[in-house]
Amino acid sequence: MAEYLIKNGFVFDPVLGIKGDAADIAIKDGKIVETTALSSPKVIDAAGKTVMAGGVDVHAHVAGPKVNVGRNFRPEDKLFGYKPRSGIERMQGGFSVPTTIRTGYNYARMGYTTVMEAAMPPLYARHTHEEMRDTPILDQGAYPVFGNNWFVLEYLKNNELENTAAYIAWLLRATKGYAVKVVNPGGTEAWAWGLNCENIHDPVPYFDITPAQIVTGLIEANEYLGLPHSMHIHANNLGNPGNYTTTLDTFKLSEGIKPNSKFGRDQVMHHTHVQFHSYGGDSWANVDSRAKEIMDYVNSHDNITIDMGQVTLDETTTMTADGPFEHHLTELNHLKWANVDVELETGSGVVPYVYSPGIKVCAIQWCIGLELALLAKDPMRVFMTTDHPNAGPFIRYPRIMKWLMSEEARQQQFDAFKHKDKVIDATNLAGIDRELDLYEIAQMTRAGPAKSLGLAHMYGGLAPGFEADVAVFDFNPNEPYAPEDIEKAFGSAEHLFKTGVQVIRDHEIASNGNKRTLWVNAKVNENPQVMRDVKEKFLRYYTVTLNNYEVTGHYLPNPYVIEVDATQ
Amino acid sequence: METVTLTIKNQPNLYLEADSIAPDVFAGKKAEEIADLPVYIGREKHRLGDFFEVSGNAGATPEETKIVVNGDLSRVKYIGMKMTGGEVVVNGNADMYVGAWMQGGKITVNGNVDAFAGTGMKGGELVINGNAGNYLGAAYRGDWRGMQGGRIVVAGNAGSDLGTFMNGGEIIVGGDVDVHVATHAEGGKIVIKGNAKSRLGGQMVEGEIYVLGNIDVMMPGFAYREDVDVDMDGVKGRFALYEGDLGERHRKRKGQTIYAKLYQRIEA
Repeated sequence: MAEYLIKNGFVFDPVLGIKGDAADIAIKDGKIVETTALSSPKVIDAAGKTVMAGGVDVHAHVAGPKVNVGRNFRPEDKLFGYKPRSGIERMQGGFSVPTTIRTGYNYARMGYTTVMEAAMPPLYARHTHEEMRDTPILDQGAYPVFGNNWFVLEYLKNNELENTAAYIAWLLRATKGYAVKVVNPGGTEAWAWGLNCENIHDPVPYFDITPAQIVTGLIEANEYLGLPHSMHIHANNLGNPGNYTTTLDTFKLSEGIKPNSKFGRDQVMHHTHVQFHSYGGDSWANVDSRAKEIMDYVNSHDNITIDMGQVTLDETTTMTADGPFEHHLTELNHLKWANVDVELETGSGVVPYVYSPGIKVCAIQWCIGLELALLAKDPMRVFMTTDHPNAGPFIRYPRIMKWLMSEEARQQQFDAFKHKDKVIDATNLAGIDRELDLYEIAQMTRAGPAKSLGLAHMYGGLAPGFEADVAVFDFNPNEPYAPEDIEKAFGSAEHLFKTGVQVIRDHEIASNGNKRTLWVNAKVNENPQVMRDVKEKFLRYYTVTLNNYEVTGHYLPNPYVIEVDATQ
Repeated sequence: METVTLTIKNQPNLYLEADSIAPDVFAGKKAEEIADLPVYIGREKHRLGDFFEVSGNAGATPEETKIVVNGDLSRVKYIGMKMTGGEVVVNGNADMYVGAWMQGGKITVNGNVDAFAGTGMKGGELVINGNAGNYLGAAYRGDWRGMQGGRIVVAGNAGSDLGTFMNGGEIIVGGDVDVHVATHAEGGKIVIKGNAKSRLGGQMVEGEIYVLGNIDVMMPGFAYREDVDVDMDGVKGRFALYEGDLGERHRKRKGQTIYAKLYQRIEA
């Protein structure tokens, strides 16, 4: 493979601790190497430019059945947005629910190289993998959802930790999944009965188990297995005024549990899109920001990581396995609604949503997301996301960087709000003058999420031995710049290397890359009971046989397996 | 005002997507530059001049630009799309999406138009001196934002799905209409001077429909309220007022529930 030497760029790398000093980055055989290891490299002159590791997205909905429902039922999202095939680029379409091809290219354009699909219904894992396979450039993995799964509910109700863990290991292998995802624990199952679980002690109908028991049980099973990532949760009561207490209650379930993982992560719970979970008040009329209370907790508890779920003030498509929430949303905005039940496993809903700067609540949501990041004491534990596409499309990450890095940019946005004064009263953001620097941005978008995923040995940094995922941006942090320059520069990487292959050259897509699918193979002791339960449930309840369920070879043409040994 | 005249000289084998035929696109351009504007057949890109004789230069702004399109345009789509000002006169029949998403100015079609004319229209005036096809003043597939404003006047008949998801503006049809009128509408006004068939106002939340002729089948979701006298822009007489769609959610204003209103003339 070609050797590259990226010379003299301003490097921001939390792994090496480089905070904008000029340095050379060497690439050989797909890895970062010492500069002395190169013999005849192609030299990229990065003088006056910013160099970072490839971005890592810990939570986005980019592949699978609900994304496709969004594509199918929103033809208006694709209107006027098509781009015909040209050169190496294949045809692209869609805005908030883009085609797989556009998903890959647009992440690459922002300098991202690793993206995790945040909710894979196990029954439709094949579909999810087919879409990931068709997403160029990016390394991807998918989190199967466990929080409403009948096996899990039954094992945890009986306090059968070992069986829960064995089932998780089996399902990760069967679906080629990466981590344990939990969405509205118990609530989506309750939704099949027309109900919901609105707090962590609200019992699930029929199963008679509480969300708190599900969450605690899944954290313990996750640590029993020692998986690379922690349990990854979207808690109960998302999107409702006053829900921050449910969020704090959920956080507290992690107390006293220590990570058991050889993959270097420190957290036992990753709570996603916390913006949607940080509301005070008791109605949309008096909803306010509780980002302070939330961040006080996060800042003082090392075993939690979170991501933002930043509202970008766009028209977008919400989609989640939180079925009851999507019903609630369609009742609010009266736009079209799709709802899917996934047999014994989960459910989901999809509703378009317009986050308008003219609506007070949308502006408050915008403030809360930014507050979470700006109140963070440790940027290694608070990650940039939009919960794509729920709070906005991922293509807005450079705009979020602008807001985080520039108080002036935030002020401009405040001035554009119709209910500016009411928004300022209900939030903390106007009183926060912190401006993040690129080192902190690199922590929130690269090193932090990579560490949280248990991939700190591969991604998120530029140390020798890491995957050669390197982005060069046409941005000189030492020269004066306007807020818009941030958005422009980080929205269009000048060069991008993915595992040593140059996928962007002079701002143009130069290669469809060497995409890999990451999955976790956790070995456990043989567990005849779980295997008997699996066979029995497939025989009795599932509409498919086991043979038509498991994800096999050709769905992952380029797999990257992470082995975990949990045998005892 | 400067006038650009386009006369079709070569008929496309398939359909021509010609959203470049709009005063906003022409403004500031000379005839040669206009002939160089892109048009598409499927994914193939062509020049406007490959299909049209172009004569005359455009004005400096859309407002100062008039476009006259002559000939059989029944394979030409998107004439006047997204225009914000100026004028377009079509002398012939046109295909789909005439004046779609237009925001201002005026389009006059001296002929018939196919489906989706005035889709998502926000302002301006669209006058069709022949018949209109289906989905006049409606929303694009999947969208919930149909006609928002402006005015559409059809001298002849209109097809089915007139004003689907209409939120504002006005549509006046001189003749008859096919099934489905103002489905899902949340505002706006539709006047049908001829007859209507069925399914008027299905899932309609707000807005007004006036029918001067017959209605074959009334929606069960509309309830008769009272007879009223109407005298409005040439629409005059005694009308039976129905309110609906009672199966839908309805806003309240000052304690009053707001319904969609359907007026059917009972006496001229």
